[in-house]
Amino acid sequence: MAELPADYRPRLASKARLRWDAVEKKHMLVFPEAALMLNDSAAAILKLCDGERVVEQIVDALVEQFTGADRSVIANEVTVLLTRLQARGLLEP
Amino acid sequence: MTAPRPYTLVAELTYRCPLRCPYCSNPINLQLKKGELSTEQWCQVFSDAAELGVVQLHLSGGEPTVRKDLPALIRHARQCDLYTNLITGGTLLTEDSLREFRDCGLDHVQLSVQDTDRDTAELIAGVRSYDKKLEVARLIKKLGFPLTLNVVIHRYNIDHVPELIALGAELGAQRLELANSQYYSWALENRNALLPTQAQRDEAARIALEARERYRGTMEIVFVQVDYLTKEPKPCMGGWARTYMLITPTGEVLPCHAAHTIPNLHFDSVRQQPLTTIWRESPALNAFRGDAWMQEPCRSCPKKATDFGGCRCQAFLLTGDAAATDPVCHLSPRHDVVVDAVAAAEQADAPLVYRDQKNSERLLARL
Repeated sequence: MAELPADYRPRLASKARLRWDAVEKKHMLVFPEAALMLNDSAAAILKLCDGERVVEQIVDALVEQFTGADRSVIANEVTVLLTRLQARGLLEP
Repeated sequence: MTAPRPYTLVAELTYRCPLRCPYCSNPINLQLKKGELSTEQWCQVFSDAAELGVVQLHLSGGEPTVRKDLPALIRHARQCDLYTNLITGGTLLTEDSLREFRDCGLDHVQLSVQDTDRDTAELIAGVRSYDKKLEVARLIKKLGFPLTLNVVIHRYNIDHVPELIALGAELGAQRLELANSQYYSWALENRNALLPTQAQRDEAARIALEARERYRGTMEIVFVQVDYLTKEPKPCMGGWARTYMLITPTGEVLPCHAAHTIPNLHFDSVRQQPLTTIWRESPALNAFRGDAWMQEPCRSCPKKATDFGGCRCQAFLLTGDAAATDPVCHLSPRHDVVVDAVAAAEQADAPLVYRDQKNSERLLARL
């Protein structure tokens, strides 16, 4: 999987909304004609995608949040999620 | 059996519409004089839908923007945390009305376009509309809405798929729906005029698939199949009354646009019962849930959990039996009906029957 550029500041696409789903008690991403249930780590990553933080800073924040977790594992999860979301047009280009 | 969780509600706010498209999914029997649900009734529906688990609300019709209470409806939908999409022909929209909808919390606009060629577009819509629609598309983007361009595809415009893709890209659409016409209601009446040939469909699909990859990440391109030509039953609505519900202007709760054509099914209205009760207990909605109702070959088919046996409405319209295998499927004993329909359309030189009150009355009188 390709590395994300160091200066990339990911932001959730304006067509998508992050909401809490009371029925399944999970975070959910809602966008035209579809919805995606998010696990806790995906929701945590997305909440940090504010268009200001670069990927490295997102990983930093998650390492702080999830004490004891391996930095390289987190970095990989971030890359995988953001790449998938990009492919679906769910991050601002 | 506990009722499945619905995710999407299509609210047909009205059947009034300034356009006359011959592929319209509204009933032939338009009944425009019948009372529409009030603002309060629709707001109650939205609250109940959210309670059931609905997350996507499509404000549709007819033309939803004829409703003067649209701002109030949008505001209430937003309060219910529903993602709201306005499905519109656009000809009644202005910058001011769009701005008001945005301020009320509208999330998304889906605009219909009939073709890139002005003459064909207006031949299909049946009214002057081409310039206004393009102007409205630009306003939608100017005001910051995500935009889906919906183009119903049929014989008159299927050769313009490259131009339609270019138009979507030029307008900055987030999504382009190349929605091959499905044959119910007005579209069924006009099938001989609208159904494309196998060659036209194959070429359009090839172009769309290639463009889908080229635009991945910037513009989502959706190609809705013509099941008459793919010979595969479509997993209609994701299953009968499973993830999707539609409510008519008078409050009937249906699993789709066309279900009212199936006889012996009485659909309950929110005028008489709460939506939550109807979704869970309505005999009409329970009629085809699960797979106990299936006949062979569906009953023993390994694909039944993914295609749900195709479409009940289509099975009824083409075979007379709503529980039959959708005859689109090559395994259906009645598949000949579809083969004959495709052949008939190829020979035909049929005039368009436009969707309006006059034709509605004329067609009903014929029955």
